[in-house]
Amino acid sequence: MRDPAWVSRVAWISLAVVLLWPLGVATEFKPWVLLEPDNLRVSGQFIASFWPLAHSQEFLLMVARDTWRTVAMATAGVTLALVIAIPLTLLNTGVLSVSALSGRMARGPFWVRQTIRWLLIVLRSVPELVWALIFVRVVGLGPTAGVLAIALTYGGMLGKVYGEILESSETHPTQTLLRNGSGRLQAFFYGLLPTSAAELTSYTVYRWECAIRSSVVLGFVGAGGLGQQMDNSMKMFNGGEVATMLLVFIALVALADRVSAWLRKALG
Amino acid sequence: MTPRTTPAANQPYQLPPPLFDARCKACWFVVGILLLVVASFWSLDLQWAQFFSWDAARSMGRFVGEFFPPDVSRAFLKKVAIGAWETLAMSVLGTLLAAVAGLALALPASRLHHADRGPARSPTRLLLNALRAIPELVWAALLLISAGLGPFAGTLALALHTTGVLGRLFAEAIENAPPGPGDALRAQGVPNGRVFLYATLPQVLPQLMSYTLYRWENNIRAAAVLGVVGAGGLGQLLAFHMGLFHMGKTATLIGAMLLMVAVVDAASHASRRVLTR
Repeated sequence: MRDPAWVSRVAWISLAVVLLWPLGVATEFKPWVLLEPDNLRVSGQFIASFWPLAHSQEFLLMVARDTWRTVAMATAGVTLALVIAIPLTLLNTGVLSVSALSGRMARGPFWVRQTIRWLLIVLRSVPELVWALIFVRVVGLGPTAGVLAIALTYGGMLGKVYGEILESSETHPTQTLLRNGSGRLQAFFYGLLPTSAAELTSYTVYRWECAIRSSVVLGFVGAGGLGQQMDNSMKMFNGGEVATMLLVFIALVALADRVSAWLRKALG
Repeated sequence: MTPRTTPAANQPYQLPPPLFDARCKACWFVVGILLLVVASFWSLDLQWAQFFSWDAARSMGRFVGEFFPPDVSRAFLKKVAIGAWETLAMSVLGTLLAAVAGLALALPASRLHHADRGPARSPTRLLLNALRAIPELVWAALLLISAGLGPFAGTLALALHTTGVLGRLFAEAIENAPPGPGDALRAQGVPNGRVFLYATLPQVLPQLMSYTLYRWENNIRAAAVLGVVGAGGLGQLLAFHMGLFHMGKTATLIGAMLLMVAVVDAASHASRRVLTR
């Protein structure tokens, strides 16, 4: 049986190969490196050392302490991110603008909102790892750098998404309140917040779950917690410890996933 | 004494509900969160005093001051351009590999039709979850051992994590595809592989493409920092120059990262709009 479309298939595939070639060169994509006898031996030894898992009492206590530290870093980071995001959102939300009620927003408030929007973009565009690298230089190694890094990046993300949620919610009650002379905060608490509180909370819980993942990563640049211990064990080629921590970490992520899914469902 | 049965002449105004009520779920939720937050701050011994001290402010100021002027000499810009290209190539190749592997794993991870019991469904999903749970950076640190320093380890790390993410999304898309066309073919006795190619895949392809593009956007951000553990790209340059306190060069690198992320965001947004139109 002859494929009627073979000419175009061959043409597309060869075009794809031509396009992919430079990418392969740039990334030094040589899968056979993995199969070289030297590398095979090293990786084989490392993987073989995964078993038995490290399970001395001292080590397990240390893992438990660092796991809590990872969660605490994420929680503290998200709390500070809220401290950053909530005021900025209140300032940023266009629905709460009094001048926008009658046609265009006045020039002053418009530029204030635009500036905050740019600030939020910068905060969340710099990856948290880069913030952490910077703060490690300023406050030294330890969880402070990690908490600050999470706070800044997540503050930017939360601020942006809160703004979007509020703008896309039912704005009629808010505008009615504003038109009848209520203050902006009153309009926010009685008009805007009740309609979107569940969505805001569930997004925050979801971000907390993401923060747990990033706080592990931040450990790799010296912010403490599970990541830092993992980095140390990897550098010493201690497979058993690495395997235990990976399993603990997978369990932690699964647990956070479960808790956050349950909370979001309970919130409706 | 007979108990009073007549209602009060003037009904008392209804009082607001008490602040805490053991049956109110939201109250327990709030209490739990407050406890978690307090415990977190209490156990972390954060050095606020040090951070908000005059000393720290000065060193922060000096630190930020050193960022300027950014190094824009031609030789360094060329190095940055090469690093950026490497990052871009890592993210593209990593995402493509992940899309292929994700699709290959999504098939055993989904029920293809009503009668399909999906024997490999739970083990494959477990594998996908494990791949997804471990962040790219941790994969990269692990892979450095067998793939050596450089962008190849980074590409594989991106591919492994993204395979987990995309595999799960793809499996859900395949399971949720309308079953009509597939059933029609199956009733004619067409084997499973062709049913997938000619009925399911054409229906879910736009969705798969848009998931892949979305992940690519995420992967560019991830690829930019993967180098911090030695896996190539802009991150490797960043970690190197920051380690040596070349602040002007660091500023240029951060600028390049921001620019690249912004460009990719715009490109991905535009192409997704075209695809989903």
